[in-house]
Amino acid sequence: MQENTLSKPAALPQLPKSPTGIEGLDEITEGGLPKGRPTLICGSAGCGKTLMGIEFLVRGIQEYDEPGVLMAFEETGEELAANVASLGFDLKDLQERKMLRVDHVHVDRSEIEETGEYDLEGLFIRLGYAIDAIGAKRVVLDTIESLFSGFPNQAVLRSEIRRLFRWLKDRGVTTVITAERGDGTLTRQGLEEYVSDCVILLDNRVIDQITTRRLRIVKYRGSTHGTNEYPYLITEDGISVLPVTSLRLEHQVSNNIVSSGIPALDEMFGRRGFYQGSSVLITGTAGTAKTTLASAFAEKICQTGQRCLFFAFEESPQQLIRNMSSVSIDLEKHVRENRLRIEASRPTLNGLEQHLVTLHRLVKEFKPDAVVIDPITNLITVGNLSEVRSMLTRLIDFLKVSGITAFFTALVNGGVGRAEMTEEGVSSLVDTWISVRDLEGIGERNRGLSILKSRGMAHSNQVREFIVTDHGIELLDVVLGPTGIVTGAGRLTQQLEERAQALAAQQEAERRDRELERRRRMLEANIANLRTEFESVEEELRQISTHEQTRHEALVSGKQRITSANPPAPKAPDSGETGK
Amino acid sequence: MEPEPFPEFLDPAANGPEYVLHLYITGATVNSTRAVRNIKDICEQYLKGRYELLIVDIFQQPELAQQEDLIGVPTLIKLKPGLVRRLVGDLSNRDRVLKALGIEPADGAPGHE
Repeated sequence: MQENTLSKPAALPQLPKSPTGIEGLDEITEGGLPKGRPTLICGSAGCGKTLMGIEFLVRGIQEYDEPGVLMAFEETGEELAANVASLGFDLKDLQERKMLRVDHVHVDRSEIEETGEYDLEGLFIRLGYAIDAIGAKRVVLDTIESLFSGFPNQAVLRSEIRRLFRWLKDRGVTTVITAERGDGTLTRQGLEEYVSDCVILLDNRVIDQITTRRLRIVKYRGSTHGTNEYPYLITEDGISVLPVTSLRLEHQVSNNIVSSGIPALDEMFGRRGFYQGSSVLITGTAGTAKTTLASAFAEKICQTGQRCLFFAFEESPQQLIRNMSSVSIDLEKHVRENRLRIEASRPTLNGLEQHLVTLHRLVKEFKPDAVVIDPITNLITVGNLSEVRSMLTRLIDFLKVSGITAFFTALVNGGVGRAEMTEEGVSSLVDTWISVRDLEGIGERNRGLSILKSRGMAHSNQVREFIVTDHGIELLDVVLGPTGIVTGAGRLTQQLEERAQALAAQQEAERRDRELERRRRMLEANIANLRTEFESVEEELRQISTHEQTRHEALVSGKQRITSANPPAPKAPDSGETGK
Repeated sequence: MEPEPFPEFLDPAANGPEYVLHLYITGATVNSTRAVRNIKDICEQYLKGRYELLIVDIFQQPELAQQEDLIGVPTLIKLKPGLVRRLVGDLSNRDRVLKALGIEPADGAPGHE
């Protein structure tokens, strides 16, 4: 049983799909639109329905070699060609190459008089003829409901449109039908969504004066699909759907290290810098030199001959260059040498998605090795939290996939709750998180820097004080006071005290040395005295022993002389013993 | 199928007939045959000798469907006189057809209903 249910889906043939070639859409639909079946794209005005339809056709021709027919009810072929020319779609050329046929169906109520029973066979014949003429595999009908304005007989139209869908299915062409969104329903006529096998809803929403386009797959017969709302963009290359999950976390990683631009900061990382292609976040309250840190990083990137893209949401390029030159970070030189590009704009200039597009475009154009965004928190003004988060997720994903080191700064509100929490919650997305903050002591503020996390390498756990000097950022050596690390004036006092203590200790040591010397000399004198004393005693003793010996020798020689004059008699006990 | 030019004495303009009508049908479907019958009736009844009627089967000439911008079938296109008008349907609503063609029912023949 269990095994059966498990193995079944794999064994079943997949519904054949027709890839759209539209960036991101094929991922959400898991392969494309249902092949040989009709798909409805609905949405309100300005969503890009027609564009999506045309892109489906053009990509089909360019990438999958499937000719297509475009039946336009609202715009003429010339108008459409002009509209999409800016995206690089040359409809004229495709038509000449017999890969595309554009048929403009003109529906005008005033010209049409209903005089009895009729059907829409004319449309079928036109379509059939166009399909046969180029062997089309794809058809786009834009927008079929225009018929309703021209033909008052609803009953006929509805049945004929049903017949049209059936007929298209029988022809085996993959069809995209666009429809205007109705009130409370997906389409005005409430018909197309039921006869289509797949329904894609486009939405153009304005929140706080900012427009975001979103796409959702409402239904997809016979297939699983992504069910979320996905933001999409109309870019210079057509439609780009950006599913948050586009990254399957499979990107290549690099073992190379890039420097942060501050040697002492590098020292705090186990591998002396960040991994190339990783994302770095610097959070801090106002005035904690986040931009300076970011600029130092940008400068370092440029100094190593790499390219850096700097998005400044707060300062103009000139202002940034001037301010940074005050701390000896010369950005201008790198801008001149085209290794650094500063893109400054107000976040409110565009919607979030548009920012993303700009970024994508510039990254493709400039091919940077690192991207700096200063600060990401400003984007919050143009979107709500979840949107910003989702945008940043996609941004980080995109940069990671491209192997670009990302460096973000974020402003956090000090004092409110946990200062380490970034509002965007992006901290879980970044690989390295550095926190800079004010260390407020008695009567002064000092800047402290610490590493909160750094994926894939050891890092220092210290809060290092740093100062912004004329020569850039300097991290100061850790000074330990009686209650831990001390900073600012406290640090200076501590250093002074330590110096005084050291001096005192030195003097004490010198005094001890002198005392020792004295004692040594005294002892040495004593030793010399004792030695002379010993020598005299020794001399005396030696003399005594010499006298003794002389006396002894005289005694011995005297005895010998006596013995040689009287030889000894043989002993009696010896002979008696042998006689027994 | 049935162009019917009539002798010139009726029309002083002399550039063909007064009425030029094109009827586009799709083979022998119910609507198409009915439309053909209806238009022939009307022409014979009201426009005898003053019209040119062309009946086109777009099954045979599908390229005309796009060229003539056909959607509903059958379609009768009145090219002359006056403005071009399109009449969609089987032409069974005679009042509408006559009005659209600009024919006064009274002056043609008796018993217009």
